[in-house]
Amino acid sequence: MSRTASTTEGRTSQALLIAAAMIFLAFFLLLPLVAVFTEAFKQGIGAFGQAVMHPDAWAAIRLTLLIAAISVPLNVVFGVAASWAITKFHFPGRHLLITFIDLPFSVSPVVSGLIFVLLFGAHGLLGPWLAEHDIKIIFAVPGIVLATVFITFPFVARELIPLMQEQGKDDEEAAISLGANGWQTFWHVTLPNIRWGLLYGVLLCNARAMGEFGAVSVVSGHIRGETNTMPLHVEILYNEYDFVGAFAVASLLAALALVTLIAKSILEWRFDLHHGGAVH
Amino acid sequence: MIKVQNITKHFGAFAALYGVDLEVQPGEFIALLGPSGSGKTTLLRIIAGLEFQDGGQVLFNDEDVSSRSVGERQVGFVFQHYALFRHMTVAENVAFGLSVRKGKNRPTKAAIRARAEELLRLVQLEGLGHRYPGQLSGGQRQRVALARALAIEPKLLLLDEPFGALDAKVRKDLRRWLKDLHTQMGLTSIFVTHDQEEALELADRVVVMDHGRIDQAGTPEQVYMEPATPFVSHFVGETNLLPGGLHVRPHDLEIVTDGGDPVVVDNLFRKGGFWRVEGKLAGSDTVIELDLDASLPPPALGTTIFIRPRRSKTFPQTGVSP
Amino acid sequence: MSSLATPFSVRKTSWRQPSVLPGFGLTFGFSLVWLTLIVLIPLATIFLKSAGMGWHGFVEVGFSHRAIAAYRLSFGTAAAAALINAVFGLLVAWVLVRYRFPGKRFVSALVDLPFALPTAVAGIALTALYAPRGWIGQYLEPLGVTVAFTPLGIIIALVFIGLPFVVRSVEPVLADLGRDVEEAAATLGANRIQTFSQVIFPAIAPALVTGFALAFARGVGEYGSVIFISGNMPGKTEIAPLLIVTQLEQYAYDGATAIATVMMVFSFVILFGLNAWQAAQRRRLGA
Repeated sequence: MSRTASTTEGRTSQALLIAAAMIFLAFFLLLPLVAVFTEAFKQGIGAFGQAVMHPDAWAAIRLTLLIAAISVPLNVVFGVAASWAITKFHFPGRHLLITFIDLPFSVSPVVSGLIFVLLFGAHGLLGPWLAEHDIKIIFAVPGIVLATVFITFPFVARELIPLMQEQGKDDEEAAISLGANGWQTFWHVTLPNIRWGLLYGVLLCNARAMGEFGAVSVVSGHIRGETNTMPLHVEILYNEYDFVGAFAVASLLAALALVTLIAKSILEWRFDLHHGGAVH
Repeated sequence: MIKVQNITKHFGAFAALYGVDLEVQPGEFIALLGPSGSGKTTLLRIIAGLEFQDGGQVLFNDEDVSSRSVGERQVGFVFQHYALFRHMTVAENVAFGLSVRKGKNRPTKAAIRARAEELLRLVQLEGLGHRYPGQLSGGQRQRVALARALAIEPKLLLLDEPFGALDAKVRKDLRRWLKDLHTQMGLTSIFVTHDQEEALELADRVVVMDHGRIDQAGTPEQVYMEPATPFVSHFVGETNLLPGGLHVRPHDLEIVTDGGDPVVVDNLFRKGGFWRVEGKLAGSDTVIELDLDASLPPPALGTTIFIRPRRSKTFPQTGVSP
Repeated sequence: MSSLATPFSVRKTSWRQPSVLPGFGLTFGFSLVWLTLIVLIPLATIFLKSAGMGWHGFVEVGFSHRAIAAYRLSFGTAAAAALINAVFGLLVAWVLVRYRFPGKRFVSALVDLPFALPTAVAGIALTALYAPRGWIGQYLEPLGVTVAFTPLGIIIALVFIGLPFVVRSVEPVLADLGRDVEEAAATLGANRIQTFSQVIFPAIAPALVTGFALAFARGVGEYGSVIFISGNMPGKTEIAPLLIVTQLEQYAYDGATAIATVMMVFSFVILFGLNAWQAAQRRRLGA
């Protein structure tokens, strides 16, 4: 006797709901992804290669990697330190601290760039002083790093805080009671416990660092071959109607996004990292 | 009358029920007793219509309800973890079953409200109707769940481990209260439990289940005094297994001076009005427990005593003891 | 003396509960300094600069006709997109949690695409699809529907960006919702639609509101995915973040700052309101 349980829908309703969801996702998520790769190879692999091998494209790729290589480690150090302080100790203002760490999530990317222009730009608060000492921050690499660090500020900490909260501090207290010092406890007890969560945070942080557009666009100055990251380079090519070039570089970023998604999914399945709540 | 005929149920390769038969008389209070995995909850859910059997029938008053949905069977079901609607007030929870009725079957708003108040009075939660379940204690929530189930005027009340999630004191009070309520209302009720004490105290009839089969269905007295299988003997009350396949309750053992089996005493403690003596049958690992009158001096630790059963039970060779 | 070396120096910091674990001074101090330098001081700058304009100056540039048109467009399209996402995000979450179907893991991973795909890439891809001669646009054009370079295009970009916020907010709550509650409703005679509307939906509504608010806040500030498809006509399809960039390019720092301040105050109000509402809900239900 095959009957539908009282807590689910009939087969037909199920099929209809699944179909509706899939059609929606196909149009809004899958199709744009397919479009990127199709447009990139529209004029053959040769045109694609040419666009990707162009010196300006290379400069953009190198700069993007450099920015990520600087800002991700900075956020890892901050994320670990902040999570340690917040989850291993009880002090007044913990929740306020978490709220502050989350602030960059609620700021428009453009505003995130603007604040650094207002601080370090030629007309900014510290502009005259910087000019006097011949230090360039805005329209230069340091500005891009600052904006990227700001944008990706919460990623690692937001991943680690709930994880370490859940794990509690029994393991660490046990290690200390057995005579380990602080660093030993961290390296041998805490880090192995949080490594997959940390990797997860790094993954998301890196994807955002390499892909950030709005904030970086405001502080970079769009100097070809010098301050153009990959997303900015995509914009320039697109605005010059070099669509194949734009989509070729975009497809590299899309490939990075796919790798990120695959790695993220593997982490979720293998290590049962939750990840409903991690909405950024 | 509720009749369950030859019910079988598989979950994948796991057989939850093999051909179960049961009859419940109107007004009876039945306990389905068994360890986890015995199929007792599955049987309850099949009777309710929350689960569907692979074979066999469920009859309500000689009418086959096997193909009826849970909503059509009009059974009150009380869930182990209450399953209250958290976002509704207590009164709204109780009124839910009436307010989802369609058309002319639905009472007026005033009538629904009056009925909810009446039920809350019945479960002694008068005045708490405006609260949310999250603001109640465990025992109170259980009573709300009961009131909610009673609101639809069920023909049959089913309770899944009704006291499982409560602490010992509340559980005892609520047990007595439920027994009184049943006596007062006379509603045919079946509850599932793994606690033999609960089953023996509450039920008119205890149905002992193991591995998807009913081992015995009888009054608490019958099940305790005349267990049908070794499993029942072990699961309902405590049992010593003496040489020769004798099953003996701890209070059915006495210390004798002539003959009897030698037991080395290795533990002794007071258990209510008894001394509980624990030891091993000399020269073996068989653990023996016996209860002795606390007004008599207990044996000393390490000494050997001789025991003899006052009454015992043997089972045919096929029923190998667990 | 580093606090790492002195695990038992808890007496000195009596404002927190004592702990045998070391490193509080180091990690807390570093976090606070870094947070202040990277986040708090730069964000404070914007309010400082706004304050320096005086109320009149601020209103003049922050609420000019062009700015008001930009706010209306940004808030309106973000609200519309968040609403669409609330509906379809709930559907996607429901299907992912409740049903089994082939390719479910792939679909689940795909939902996070907007988090992983750079916004500029999303922007040009959506434009390629919805431009008048694009993949989808060519079929819409004869029907009289123009997507690209209209507010409709902005809504589509914001639907893309906001979807995972709703799905990932609703999914865990839906998964945690006990089957027994639905069974209880069924035993009480409720049909499936009554069970959904009276039992399931109220239980997941707070998560849905959270997802909606997050998608909305994100949509208001979104830039990269929108500017390619929006057409950027002042007063018509110019979103607020774009107006900030335009003002900056014209060295109109006051204008950029004032608009940024309005947007920031707005998103803080949303997030604060959301937190307060969630706390009130929890208190009310006694959970």
